[in-house]
Amino acid sequence: MIYLDNAATSWPKPDCVAEAMIRVLETAGGNPGRSGHRVSLEAGRAVYHTREILAALFGVADPLRVVLSQNATEGLNLALRGQLRPGDHVITSSMEHNAVMRPLRHLEEQGIEITVIPCSPQGVLNPDDLTPAIRNNTVMIVLNHASNVTGTIQPVREAGQIARKHGLLLLVDAAQSAGLIPLDMEGDCIDLLAFTGHKALLGPPGTGGLLIGERVDLARLQPLIRGGTGSRSGDEIQPALLPDRYESGTRNTPGLAGLASALSWLESQGWDKIRQQEARVSQRLSNGLRDISGVTIYGVEDVDRSTGVVSFNIDNSMLSTVGLELEEKSGILCRVGLHCSPASHRTIGTYPTGTVRLSPGYFTTETEIDTVLTAVDRLAATAAGNR
Amino acid sequence: MAKEEYTVLLAPTISHALKGESLLKKAGCSCKLIPVPRHLSSDCGVCLRIARAGKSVAQQILEQGGLGAGEWYNLK
Repeated sequence: MIYLDNAATSWPKPDCVAEAMIRVLETAGGNPGRSGHRVSLEAGRAVYHTREILAALFGVADPLRVVLSQNATEGLNLALRGQLRPGDHVITSSMEHNAVMRPLRHLEEQGIEITVIPCSPQGVLNPDDLTPAIRNNTVMIVLNHASNVTGTIQPVREAGQIARKHGLLLLVDAAQSAGLIPLDMEGDCIDLLAFTGHKALLGPPGTGGLLIGERVDLARLQPLIRGGTGSRSGDEIQPALLPDRYESGTRNTPGLAGLASALSWLESQGWDKIRQQEARVSQRLSNGLRDISGVTIYGVEDVDRSTGVVSFNIDNSMLSTVGLELEEKSGILCRVGLHCSPASHRTIGTYPTGTVRLSPGYFTTETEIDTVLTAVDRLAATAAGNR
Repeated sequence: MAKEEYTVLLAPTISHALKGESLLKKAGCSCKLIPVPRHLSSDCGVCLRIARAGKSVAQQILEQGGLGAGEWYNLK
């Protein structure tokens, strides 16, 4: 089996991830932050340790600014639905995932104005297009850091500088980029950063969150849910402080311990080494596919401007058949369709059909890529013969 | 032998208390998370217990780490 669906979720995980999850269930199974006994405190320490690592990873000085949630989608919903009010205007790009577009379309029905900046057919946003879109009531720019369809990396730092200049907040969806591309909230002028733990960070599903910068007004940013936090138990009003204001209910201690273990493992491997390995494999895949007659690849060619996700189609082939045949004949696992991002497919010209998406990961080998290229070459040749 | 005297820091949230513990341990300061004494607060959380003799050093470390806002009480 060749797993090339790491943009959906990374697999396999380092062995230490499952080991850490089992260990925390066996030795620190209390509720993090609800009691004063030792297993509760150990659970709390496991969760806090994860905050510390994530804060360091994203250039945030205070670990309490890391709000932990189930995934990036929840973090994005908190930022968008918590921050925006009727009459506000928000700017976004035409390469967004539905984790951004669906909350925005819902907010649009409630009187929030949205401008979607068209990106190039390769999926690249021109930051010069942002400033003319700013209005008197603009409060936020929200951008996908890297596309889950094409891997295209957006110029978030330039967007952040524009946001700062005009007094706007920048919200970044780092679901596809966290762990692959360095991000520094202060240096990149990011105010809100949503991440997931189960993709390039190699953690388990059910982990993610939102990092909240110092320019964000917590009184304005409303929680998605309210409830028990373990703090201020005598008070029926939601606490105002981070992280409790946005963390009602019990956190996923085993998942977060697994994520912390994955992050430590990545650190021990070396972030540069990981990025170089993934870039090498992705370049081999991309170059190989471009050489196959009848294959169309979408997105940018330069591997430095992409996470390594490759979307393609084969002439005269139905993509669901391509996906099925890749698995049945060659054991290659991929994702076909619209990838929860109709906006991206409209931008690159593949809506409503979609694409075949191959997303290598840290454990993908060059030998596996060669097997994939041979399999795609065979499918393309067959399709050409059937014309 | 004289009985050790303690002071406690009531942090606003358990995450703040855990942050305090992490900061102090990294600085080599001894501390312990204990349930909040009921006579100090009805909160069901934990607080940070420190030997009274080490309070000023601990206070400095915590303030540098952004935890200057908690309430201190001496335990009897």
